[in-house]
Amino acid sequence: MESRICFSLNGKDVSITTDPLRRLIDVLREDFDCKGVKEGCSEGECGACSILLNGKMVTSCIIPVGAADGQQIMTIEGISATEKGKVIIDAFADGGAVQCGFCIPGMVIATYYLLSNNPDPTEDEIRLGLSGNICRCTGYDLIVESVRLAAKRGGELWKK
Amino acid sequence: MVVGDISRAIRRVDAVSKCKGTVKYVSDYSFGDCLWGRLVRSSIPRGRILAIHLPPMPDGYRFVTYKDLPEGGHNYLHMIATDWKCFAENEVRYVGETIGIMVGPDKDTVENLRQQIKIDYEEQTPAVTIDEGLACKGGAFVNDDNIHCRLSLKVGDVDEAFRKAAKVVTETIETGFQEHIYLETNGACCIPEDDHYVIYASSQCPFYISKSISPLLNLTPDKVVVRHTTTGGAFGGKEHFPDVVCGPLLVAAYVMKKGVKMIFDREEDIENSVKRHPSKVTFKTALDKDGNILGMDSVVCYNVGGYLSSSFVVLQRGCFHVTGCYSFPSIRSVGLGVATNTFPSCAFRGFGAPQTIFAVETHLCHIAEMLGIDPLEYKSRYFIKQGDTTSTNGKIVERVMIPEMLEQVKKASDYDRKSKAYKWGSGRGIGISFYNHGGAFTGNGEQAIIKARCQLHKFANGDVEILCSQTEMGQGFHTILPKIAAYVLGIPIEKVIFRNPDTSRVPDSGPTAASRSTMIVGELVERAANLMKPRYDKEEDFTVETHYEHPEGYPWDQNTFQGYAYLGYGWGVCAVEVEVDPCTAEITTKGIWSSHDCGHPIDEKIVHGQVNGGVLQGLGWGSTEVMQNTDGHFKQTSMSDYIIPTSMDFPKQGVYLVDNPYPWGPFGAKGMGELVFNGSAAAYIDAVSRAIGKRINRIPLPTEEVMNYMLHGTDLRSEIEEVR
Repeated sequence: MESRICFSLNGKDVSITTDPLRRLIDVLREDFDCKGVKEGCSEGECGACSILLNGKMVTSCIIPVGAADGQQIMTIEGISATEKGKVIIDAFADGGAVQCGFCIPGMVIATYYLLSNNPDPTEDEIRLGLSGNICRCTGYDLIVESVRLAAKRGGELWKK
Repeated sequence: MVVGDISRAIRRVDAVSKCKGTVKYVSDYSFGDCLWGRLVRSSIPRGRILAIHLPPMPDGYRFVTYKDLPEGGHNYLHMIATDWKCFAENEVRYVGETIGIMVGPDKDTVENLRQQIKIDYEEQTPAVTIDEGLACKGGAFVNDDNIHCRLSLKVGDVDEAFRKAAKVVTETIETGFQEHIYLETNGACCIPEDDHYVIYASSQCPFYISKSISPLLNLTPDKVVVRHTTTGGAFGGKEHFPDVVCGPLLVAAYVMKKGVKMIFDREEDIENSVKRHPSKVTFKTALDKDGNILGMDSVVCYNVGGYLSSSFVVLQRGCFHVTGCYSFPSIRSVGLGVATNTFPSCAFRGFGAPQTIFAVETHLCHIAEMLGIDPLEYKSRYFIKQGDTTSTNGKIVERVMIPEMLEQVKKASDYDRKSKAYKWGSGRGIGISFYNHGGAFTGNGEQAIIKARCQLHKFANGDVEILCSQTEMGQGFHTILPKIAAYVLGIPIEKVIFRNPDTSRVPDSGPTAASRSTMIVGELVERAANLMKPRYDKEEDFTVETHYEHPEGYPWDQNTFQGYAYLGYGWGVCAVEVEVDPCTAEITTKGIWSSHDCGHPIDEKIVHGQVNGGVLQGLGWGSTEVMQNTDGHFKQTSMSDYIIPTSMDFPKQGVYLVDNPYPWGPFGAKGMGELVFNGSAAAYIDAVSRAIGKRINRIPLPTEEVMNYMLHGTDLRSEIEEVR
């Protein structure tokens, strides 16, 4: 059965009439063209489909779209346009964080979430913050370095 | 003019767009009015298909099988061998073998219909493991002995070594399946266009796909155009396997006269894709009275699965690397590719070399420990040097910088002190491994088989386009090649265009495999840019082309496997330190240090990233990546039960490089993508063995196996089984 679901997507109010049990990832990718939300495992393990739901990081492959009704969603498309997002992306590019790129939008989201809550994390805290996001290419070290770089470059921005 | 050394890191050209999520992978394209496909596969490991019962098909839905091939169509995938069928006909050899493809406009309806298809089988007893394959369990199904392929190598008088030996020891080292877990699952789309078909695929080797699947419709390869889509990781898993995905799509597109696409979900991908070959290497080693090695005999068995496809070449590389970084007075090695009823094994970073390198490293540790000698000291007696004889009776052409690399790793890891301080069985251990990887295709394969060609085109506005078939799958090739061209031409990298290849517009520069892309195609680009340079300012709109030329004086015989197998090896040294919890057997890795020789690096940061990723993938293979198959079905089918390393499982790595320019590579660069995988598991297992004081001879090594060895394992100092 279909129902009307309204939410805020990257700062814009949107609505859709659909089956509320459809996966949020499918609605974001298919109905709102958020192709930066990647499907890696379909079971909430790999973090490639990470988004922010009311500011908290969640995996959109295991959330029904009905749960988004009335909520605020930020995807990589929205994050990458923010000042904080730009700092992260610059740091990732300079730090060598990116290889195949499939996990990377999720990693950017995880970094955004981590630094927004902990502006000056230790290496262990960074590793913990990224541990829900699986990467098969990089061995994580240069992603961790890049997060540190983003923390340093962002400075006060992360405390806002 | 670009200033500075080419090794200095630059931003990868694809970094920002990948961060923003704007790069398109195959599942991100809409492909307009396309049908969905879903494969119908064998649910049994071995048997005969008796009947297929289809549900009523709504309009526009169809189940496509081998019966739908046109006249003259050939129901095989033309890989290195041509034995793997696109669609099973009567016989099935493994769980997951393609029987047909269900196609139609609505994805959910396709899946629903697929689930209603019932297949009656006459089941036969499968052979699943190497031992079962060798024993011809259920009767041989390949030749009369289940041996898909075999080879043998001999250096020196190994029989004499065994006659003279004071002692002969034997042991078997085993490794398991490994799943690639590229983050992007397999996917492709095939669209009919005019007199040809266009394939969009996540893949490594677009020309392989055209060649492999065009005979299905009795077409020439140029009628199957492949447009590569940015690939989210591959590691060998998208070298030949996309042929298995694209073949049925091509036939379905032919039958339906419409585009058909297919994107695997993760469970489907893990259950139904190629894996790293499980291996079993049995050594028989002749020692003199002081424990020195006189000769080493090995039988190298790889679990090939139901079809041969690329496995003979994998087995060859395995045998060629069975002596690792060492020169022994005499060796003999027999390689056997064993047929079993499992999903065919195929390419995976290292292509057969990691298994034998792990085996020989571990075997040498065990002999050293039995003799009461530090494994490093024992191994260093046999380090191979420039001019020494290889396992194929060729010579090492280049300078081998193992002593320099070892110094770096010893200093960074404090190996000498720790190796003495951590007593065997003390709960702490440090291990060390030595490894190499022959760059590019074996022997004269680059010249005889690949015949790579590459073009550079200059446009009137000064832009230069690189035309070749190399693909970006994460390794950084979209940055490496333009960097080489820009550096030679003295133009900004932004003026160099390098698109995802389209087989209808680029020359075939060979597959993106075998650690050959920088070493071979990079050199073609360097040479082309040098040809272009004097004309760059004077002429508009012109193309230069280069062809691979094999250096003279290094013969290779592909029939006898004798001669110079590789002109340039990558070399590596890795140390790993661990701590074992005496109660829970959990292992904490305290440090990882490695040094690599990849010639002169084209980009230090890209090399650094490759080292980190390869070393970690090797550690996963050696520790947690358990993929069991005892009845023909893979037991691990998701990312929650197949455990690859997370950011918390291993510490930050110490990464070191040596500079050893290779005369035939671009700016002195050699291959390195596979090298960095080859040795970390051996160092890790050496460390764990010492920490628990037990001899470990199989990987992976999850915690329960560590516990098992702690409780029931053989003491490191005990005698290895003797034979006479």
